[in-house]
Amino acid sequence: MKKNAMSLRDALIEALGADAAPNAGQYPASVPLFEAPKARFAEAAAVLKAREARLVAEWATDETPFGRGFGVWALYNAGDEYLTVKCGVPYDAPEFPSLTKTYLGAWRFERRMQSLMGVEPAGHPDTRPWIKHEDWPKDAFPLRKSFDGETYLQRVEGDYRWVRAEGEGVYEIPVGPVHAGIIEPGHFRFQAVGEDIINLEERLGYVHKGIEKRFESLSWTDGARLAGRVSGDTTVAHAMGYCQALEAAAGCAAPPRAQWIRALLLERERIANHIGDIGAISNDAAFTFLLYQTAILRERMLRTNKTLFGHRLTMDMVVPGGVAVDVSAGAASAIQDELASVSGEFERLVRICEDNPSLEDRVYGAGTLSAALAKEMGVVGLVARASGQNLDARVQYPTPPYADIIPAVPRLRSGDVHARVWVRVEEVRDSIRIIREILRYLPSGPLVTGCPAPRPGAMGISVVEGWRGEIIWWLQAGPKSEINRAMARDPSMVTWLALEQAIKGNIVPDFPLCNKSFNQSYSGNDL
Amino acid sequence: MFRILHQIFRTGIVTEPLAPGEEARVTLTGRRLEEAILRRFRQSLTIRLVDAGSCNACELEIQAVNNPFYDAERFGIHFTASPRFADMLLVTGPVARNMEVALKRTYDAISEPKLVVAIGDCAYDAGAFGPGYATRRSVADVVPVDAFIHGCPPAPSAILAGILKAVGREG
Repeated sequence: MKKNAMSLRDALIEALGADAAPNAGQYPASVPLFEAPKARFAEAAAVLKAREARLVAEWATDETPFGRGFGVWALYNAGDEYLTVKCGVPYDAPEFPSLTKTYLGAWRFERRMQSLMGVEPAGHPDTRPWIKHEDWPKDAFPLRKSFDGETYLQRVEGDYRWVRAEGEGVYEIPVGPVHAGIIEPGHFRFQAVGEDIINLEERLGYVHKGIEKRFESLSWTDGARLAGRVSGDTTVAHAMGYCQALEAAAGCAAPPRAQWIRALLLERERIANHIGDIGAISNDAAFTFLLYQTAILRERMLRTNKTLFGHRLTMDMVVPGGVAVDVSAGAASAIQDELASVSGEFERLVRICEDNPSLEDRVYGAGTLSAALAKEMGVVGLVARASGQNLDARVQYPTPPYADIIPAVPRLRSGDVHARVWVRVEEVRDSIRIIREILRYLPSGPLVTGCPAPRPGAMGISVVEGWRGEIIWWLQAGPKSEINRAMARDPSMVTWLALEQAIKGNIVPDFPLCNKSFNQSYSGNDL
Repeated sequence: MFRILHQIFRTGIVTEPLAPGEEARVTLTGRRLEEAILRRFRQSLTIRLVDAGSCNACELEIQAVNNPFYDAERFGIHFTASPRFADMLLVTGPVARNMEVALKRTYDAISEPKLVVAIGDCAYDAGAFGPGYATRRSVADVVPVDAFIHGCPPAPSAILAGILKAVGREG
């Protein structure tokens, strides 16, 4: 890996010279921020791509409260290095060079920026709105400061241009937004010949609630509660992401005991979701037995949560500056007992899973996402690991206790439904190990520290490995130390796009199975 | 096969009686179907769920209503994919702008007589999301609601108790 020996920071400075101006306003300082001229924004992306960097997120800010125009931001990662590049965009000419030619993942980020902030990605091949459906006024840009977030938007006439396929025997299947099961809404449009899917187009945004805009009217403290509701199944990870970004911007740190308890809750969230998913995926392959068995394990864990922490999904336990719950000696031993029982049952179920040929027949070779495509699209989390990518924010961006308790990063190459099940199985095992270590070495001390509001203009960033994968939070304080912008990047925002590719060539009846194996969040994507 | 049978035998029956005086917080709106109809719904109730913008936590807890501990089927309650078969519309979320039309259409597709139960604090008063450019103040702004089940999210036992209460049946 000689050609990557140079860091992203050095590569950027070498290529852009004085045009890459460091900005010390973003914390932690380990994630540097460079401001580049707009004309060289896309060039910076190409330079970083040549260093095998991944586009992690791209977003826009309205900086009129600072007397500036818009900001367009891109976050990159390679190995354990994260780096942000920003360019300024004038308010009266809101246009910036699209990164889609370099990064596929920029596709939806930029459509979102165009739709919600009204900054135009010049050269973007797809100018249709995203999140904003056809009945929104075209000039309504909710994330602009001039936009009134309190008033319900009126509906206008409009049309959405779907991707079309024509030819003999080609037909379309529209699905959603209301789906068959007890799940979230979204629209999938298939073009198929016989049973073979030749194209899938997703349209999401149905559960867009204006979360990012709402942050701008909340206090920093109240923000944590909303962050915990970006995606309810990932409440701990998102609340952690928000709080860590806030703490970075404010220059405070949660006490060690609080950080370890956060990790404990995060790993419990991972286990409960993975176990539930393994059952639900099996159910979509007509192996109902496993659904009910795993539902029992999941329910037991949620009941322990309720008994020990007062909430089944452990919402609102992570707060700015620390945590709202402690783990007593009694609670620790209750968790140990629960894990021993869950682990024993889980291993019995895994064995049943392994020698079930009808399940095997469905999951091998279905919904394959190749390693090359996974890398190209910048997918993260368990989906990336099932397609051979060595990505885990707990390892690449370790916060306590993950520098001491190092997670195994289970990976498979095949990228099919089976691989995504198997990565989950291995992660359940590893999370159980991590929790046991946390309980063994849990530091003593306070649970929470005072977290002041960040200084005007301060920015904070965080990277958290939720159960789906890498979550990014980026916060910016305004001139009065208020929330000027809160950006959340759920793993779903990058991984939904990959499902469209993984499904090609599969048969229509396998879609629920493939979709479940990805199990991306609609709410986390739509915000 | 032997392992599966063994596991079923090991598991036994985990279903629990629904605790009376459950902590369910339910607001009945006073709309009332005829007693004769409710009596039928008490025996067999088919539900269509529409997520109208929830954070998905309510969906997790509604799914749990079908797990072996709560086993909604024993009360004659089951979920259907088609609104045409449904007696009850269950709604979650503050009604996101992009789901408003789909929610209304689903409501219209359910034949009379029908009940509507809204689940979660944000379905009641937009909760953590608040009313805004993309959210309504309440599910009741969009479709007529018979009962609200409070909680963020409500526990499965509360959801089950609330559904039974909406049809006038105690546990």
